[in-house]
Amino acid sequence: MADLTTDFLGIKSPNPFWLASAPPTDKEYNVRRAFEAGWGGVVWKTLGEEGPPVVNVNGPRYGVVYGADRRVLGINNIELITDRDLYTNLEEIKRVKADYPDRAIIVSIMVPCEEQAWKAILPLVEDTGADGIELNFGCPHGMSERGMGSAVGQVPEYIEMVTRWCKQYYSKPVIVKLTPNITDIRKPAAAAKRGGADAVSLINTINSITSVNLDTMSPEPSIDGKGTHGGYCGPAVKPIAMSMVSEIARNPETQGLPISGIGGVTTWRDAAEYITLGCGNVQVCTAAMTYGFKIVQEMISGLSQWMDEKGHTSIDDFKGAAIPNTTDWQYLNLNYVAKAKIDQDLCISCGRCYAACEDTSHQAIAMSPDRTFSVIDEECVACNLCVDVCPVEDCITMVALAPGTTDPRTGKVVPAEYANWTTHPNNPAAKAAE
Amino acid sequence: MNSPLTPGIAARRLDTEMLAQNFTDLHAPLNPHEAAVAADRCYFCHDAPCITACPTDIDIPLFIRQIATGTPEAAAKTIFDQNILGGMCARVCPTEDLCEQACVREMAEGKPVEIGRLQRYATDTLMAKDVMPYQRAAPTGKHVAVVGAGPSGLACAHRLAMLGHQVTIYDARPKAGGLNEYGIAAYKTPDDFAAKEVDWLCSIGGITIQNGKALGADLSLDGLADDFDAVFLGVGLGGVNALSVDGADKDGVADAVSFIADLRQAEDLTTLPVGRNVVVIGGGMTAVDAAVQSKLLGAETVTIAYRRGREAMSASRYEQDLAASNGVKLMFNVMPKAIHGNGATAEIELEYTALTDGKLTATGETIRLPADQVFRAIGQTLTTDAGLDLAGGKIAVTGAGRTSRAGVWAGGDCAAGGDDLTVTAVAEGRDAAMDIHATLTEGATNG
Repeated sequence: MADLTTDFLGIKSPNPFWLASAPPTDKEYNVRRAFEAGWGGVVWKTLGEEGPPVVNVNGPRYGVVYGADRRVLGINNIELITDRDLYTNLEEIKRVKADYPDRAIIVSIMVPCEEQAWKAILPLVEDTGADGIELNFGCPHGMSERGMGSAVGQVPEYIEMVTRWCKQYYSKPVIVKLTPNITDIRKPAAAAKRGGADAVSLINTINSITSVNLDTMSPEPSIDGKGTHGGYCGPAVKPIAMSMVSEIARNPETQGLPISGIGGVTTWRDAAEYITLGCGNVQVCTAAMTYGFKIVQEMISGLSQWMDEKGHTSIDDFKGAAIPNTTDWQYLNLNYVAKAKIDQDLCISCGRCYAACEDTSHQAIAMSPDRTFSVIDEECVACNLCVDVCPVEDCITMVALAPGTTDPRTGKVVPAEYANWTTHPNNPAAKAAE
Repeated sequence: MNSPLTPGIAARRLDTEMLAQNFTDLHAPLNPHEAAVAADRCYFCHDAPCITACPTDIDIPLFIRQIATGTPEAAAKTIFDQNILGGMCARVCPTEDLCEQACVREMAEGKPVEIGRLQRYATDTLMAKDVMPYQRAAPTGKHVAVVGAGPSGLACAHRLAMLGHQVTIYDARPKAGGLNEYGIAAYKTPDDFAAKEVDWLCSIGGITIQNGKALGADLSLDGLADDFDAVFLGVGLGGVNALSVDGADKDGVADAVSFIADLRQAEDLTTLPVGRNVVVIGGGMTAVDAAVQSKLLGAETVTIAYRRGREAMSASRYEQDLAASNGVKLMFNVMPKAIHGNGATAEIELEYTALTDGKLTATGETIRLPADQVFRAIGQTLTTDAGLDLAGGKIAVTGAGRTSRAGVWAGGDCAAGGDDLTVTAVAEGRDAAMDIHATLTEGATNG
């Protein structure tokens, strides 16, 4: 069986599955149960500064977007950082870490953007024996109104400044958690790196209103008739998160900066995908909140089976493997020509491909009176929509035209050589390809 | 060529093609898409009721999630961790009375997650690759005798072999598998699955099977106890209860279990004779298996005659409906009174019963049915007398199958307690193996 042991910033964990800083890691009871269930590490629910803890709403904290059959696709929350006393948390962290030396415990922290505040809390956290800290610069609700969370994460200069303080007053790895509620994720990542961050983790939750109650005319979750935007997470945000991860992994300024991937990791496959985009591990929250801690067993068995099948003996074997193949649009090969092909033996004659193509695409699928659907190569631009809407796996596939054959749509011979937009004659900025 | 209307007991009532069609897989296996859709319905319940309902405690939500996430091989491992005969159990378990009855979707919608078919999808996927996902521990030097190569014996042997012990299995029959090989309807386990499963299970190594060795005739418990470090008895129930009515000795009266065994072992189903009018006495799975298969062989009429009401029948409602949909008539509250015929069976006389004050009594009203063949399916009995204490006609056990004699364990149908199900036998064999292991290695560490 493949070795899932992960070394992230020198922090060892038996597998790359960590629980993200969130309700599941709020206290000793949960974290012990998580470790017993097999989680490799946890990022403890965000600690605030000493003094009276924050107060949460006493109405619903979560809103949800369902798929059919009430499948949870996305959850948003308006919960704040820990509402328990700082010292209670610190004592619990110390106890749990002592009992689980082989698991990673990272402490998430959010205190005001003042040097003194960080200087005060960091030695207390250091004393717990936890393996590192994560700076919560991402929380988009409540705390941001008080000048913390995403209010810091949206200003690269603040990120850099606070990270520097942390590196100054704390000896172990510092992870900066980034908010996706920003135009260009590369900027805060680069700022974190400049400040000396050992890693970034992303994404935190996305500003969201999950639904509106049409009877009370208030957004959900609704507290006494009023709602506010919350932080969105779960399977629905994974594509957004993976794009942001890939941008940081590809950006020359942050290339090689370790990344902890967060956002909708629900199965082993999600984790594998994040790792191929350059993540050293993943953090999970919504899947655990939906299905319980036991879900990690499937993640572990699935990832190790896949690794065995592919011949990977460690996480590092495939870490970042998809990065060289992640590029800008302008570098995509415009000489690659494909056509949709419908396998008539698999086709169940639903006609969804036809509707999609005829109504919204390129009128490249013909329908006969006996409901046979076939591709019109003269019209097909290989957009893939028919593949995407077909309910039968592998019924419609994209088949590349071999170089030397003529594309019936353009009447041109498919060239063997690669050519992209930078050299295309239609591009006014094209450089002569010679 | 005969037909269903050919009088008496005759072979070849249906042609080869029709017979092949009748005895094909009762449920076609799920294809990957169907499995994905079926798996998607599982809610991944906490402390799931289906696990509690499974005699082998398979982690059902986990294996279904592993199917849902595209790793049926990992799912199979989750199943085999608890039940090495998970492949057969996926085919023969009365899931409608066990896991699927407990499924929360059954409660919510009357439509449970198809756990049995999903289990088969997972186990078939791994077994098709001919992978034995377990390796043996370092040899312990201990040698255990397992008597009976049925579900309990095989499960016990596999677990012991995995733990590093050497195992010799003795079985009275020419083939291993026990009831999996001889006692289950053919359409539940086509394509020689039982034999293939035995080969696969034994591929872990360390298991030797000796066929044609019966306890009592060829082996003695004293001898085994002397020669081996421990003995596990999984001998099943060798005897069939007799029918004590007038005419019960006429030609045409037979044991349902023998009929089922003959059918399973038949190379050519057209050679297997069956009556034009068949009556099966009994109310369990054996009765249903014999009745349905009689019908599938081409009998014109098949009747199951059960002395109590439908609710008391040990065959599940699903099995009853399976029989009915195959054209078997179910008669309740009737018991055999006499079998008539000149030498050979021609008619059966049944008497109606009623439940008065919890007691079953005959009402005096009778009915006669044409019957060329009458199958007894009224229970089986322990025939092995190994000098062990008995309880309710079976070998008395305490804990994980410990018999009254030290060093001798028992499990499966021959042991008291538990339902007479394949899956229960597997659980008992497995648990006895763990207890045998603990007992044998306890000595080793102390020494």
